[in-house]
Amino acid sequence: MSQSAWQERREKWEEKTEKQLSRFPERKESFVTSSGIEVKRLYAPENVDEHTEQEISLPGEFPYTRGIRPSMYRSRFWTMRQYAGFGSAKETNKRFRYLLEQGQTGLSVAFDLPTQIGYDSDDPMAAGEVGKVGVAIDSLEDMEVLLDGIPLDRVSTSMTINAPASILLAMYIAVAEKQGVSSKQITGTIQNDILKEYIARGTYIFPPAPSMRLITDIFAYCSEEVPKWNTISISGYHIREAGSTAVQEIAFTLADGIAYVEAALQAGLDIDQFAPRLSFFFNAHNHFFEEIAKFRAARRVWAKIMKERFHATNERSLQLRFHTQTGGSTLTAQQPDNNIVRVTLQALAAVLGGTQSLHTNSRDEALALPTEDSARIALRTQQIIAYESGVADTPDPLGGSYYIEELTDQIEKGVWEYIQRIDEMGGAVQAIEQGFMQREIHRVALETQRKIEDGSEIVVGMNRFRVENEVPPQLLRVDPALGEEQVKRLEQLRAKRNGAEVEESLARLKAAAEGTDNLMPHILHAVKAYATIGEICNTLREVFGEYRPV
Amino acid sequence: MNNQPIRVLIAKPGLDGHDRGALIIAQSLRDEGMEVIYTGLRQTPAQIVATAIQEDVDVIGLSCLSGAHNELFPEVTRLLREEKADDIIVIGGGIIPQEDIPFLLESGIKSIFTPGTTTKETADFIRQAVREREEDQ
Repeated sequence: MSQSAWQERREKWEEKTEKQLSRFPERKESFVTSSGIEVKRLYAPENVDEHTEQEISLPGEFPYTRGIRPSMYRSRFWTMRQYAGFGSAKETNKRFRYLLEQGQTGLSVAFDLPTQIGYDSDDPMAAGEVGKVGVAIDSLEDMEVLLDGIPLDRVSTSMTINAPASILLAMYIAVAEKQGVSSKQITGTIQNDILKEYIARGTYIFPPAPSMRLITDIFAYCSEEVPKWNTISISGYHIREAGSTAVQEIAFTLADGIAYVEAALQAGLDIDQFAPRLSFFFNAHNHFFEEIAKFRAARRVWAKIMKERFHATNERSLQLRFHTQTGGSTLTAQQPDNNIVRVTLQALAAVLGGTQSLHTNSRDEALALPTEDSARIALRTQQIIAYESGVADTPDPLGGSYYIEELTDQIEKGVWEYIQRIDEMGGAVQAIEQGFMQREIHRVALETQRKIEDGSEIVVGMNRFRVENEVPPQLLRVDPALGEEQVKRLEQLRAKRNGAEVEESLARLKAAAEGTDNLMPHILHAVKAYATIGEICNTLREVFGEYRPV
Repeated sequence: MNNQPIRVLIAKPGLDGHDRGALIIAQSLRDEGMEVIYTGLRQTPAQIVATAIQEDVDVIGLSCLSGAHNELFPEVTRLLREEKADDIIVIGGGIIPQEDIPFLLESGIKSIFTPGTTTKETADFIRQAVREREEDQ
């Protein structure tokens, strides 16, 4: 059909539709995505005509819009990696073994807040928090229990740890060595993304400059000693949970990514030496198509940044690899079984968006940590998508969809606009110090809350379709005696270890922190002497100081 | 009747970094005409009580999503009694299982708001509670 004939046909369609709408008006005045992108009445060939083949490309080819591997899930499914951890190392080890028996393919460790903020379990600041949101780890001894019987040469492990990431990585290396597994063989990820802690997640310890040094020290150390380890997981997940739009999630995350790359280059590293080990972590939220387009746009923008801005030449430096977790803040405390359905849709969006690994939330997470039953259903959700639905049988099955391609373009455009604004402020660190990202996120969070309260945004089971007198579900309880037991273990450890060796290792670490040495070997040394997380972090606090938010 | 605006301290006890709810509540109560102070993250119960007394607030709103509420909330009310400042009304919110609520109410928390509560409901509750307290005095 010629272009003019098509044009005519489209115009007729619009007329016919307008007529019909006079009798059956549209449900809303306007249809928009989370990022305020207007969803049109129809997407048709004219929406993809503007796309060059270059932009959409092919799976495994620059700019990787359609995925980073040519065959994607035809070769191998994404890694099914459920975030877990609570109470003691022993209890969490049991849950890990259970998940592996159920067919999970990688581990993901949740640490409690004292561990994440570098306090020992007996620190007054840790009161009430020991073992609550994750497992309590005070020293190498706890890590040995946590990973007992788990073959570290075969299982990859992701650790959600940021400010003290070097310490936990050092412990993991030490446990692997005891199993006879070299640091060159182990695989996994540390989150190690301090910038989003300042923006949205809150487990910072040190100010930005020394924090960036700890991170680039890890990049340098791992490129030699732990070459298969993902040295950072640059995270949009928590930015989204704090209330951002899809565009903001990608923009702020990639802006953080730029800041890490620049810090590493300044530290003298070569781009292709560390960039292949950078990984990302995104949220899978409610707006199904916007989320799929978001993942595609993220890959495309990062590939261009790495190629055009940083002149990376290794193909793996250009490929944005990411983990996804379904959106915790979309879950409702009301009618929790409905959350299984939300999680299914969000997980499907992540798979259609080409994720490398996935955590599906459990139905009861708006109420407590998941029970074993809920965690199993969440894992089964992934397995049903993988083995039964057929969606994984061809790469990027929605590629070429008029709607998806246009949305991908619009998200990309929005992301570039934000990145430019952040560049103009002097980069992500400066933007954070000025509170720019924090304000942008808070503004949207407030808007969302208002829309939910005035009913213009519907949350099924919460502000519509409620039931009265719900029966509360059975929840997981973390044993309140656990805190005391953990403190006892810590006392015993302090009594039996070689105190002089601990002192000596901490003194050496302090001297290194005051100078410019790579800190990783010193931290590894202290960890192997059974220095605790609190002792190591306090040593660094003395030199680096603590971050105080604006 | 007192015409001074109601003064509220929104506080994050413990190490929890989830402040989306606390920030929204703080802004919404301001929009309702109250004077709101937000403590920021990582406050100990003692720091919260000291700030509340120093700022002469009518109400403390505690937000906790880390599961440490059974330890941290009652510590705030205990310290308020110790400081003879237990005329300050304490409310709480976050990820709090239904079965924990009776214990928290017994320990002196006036009300617990769980996910799905509107900001209007919270503001109305605060106004009502402050009015009742004034009538008692």
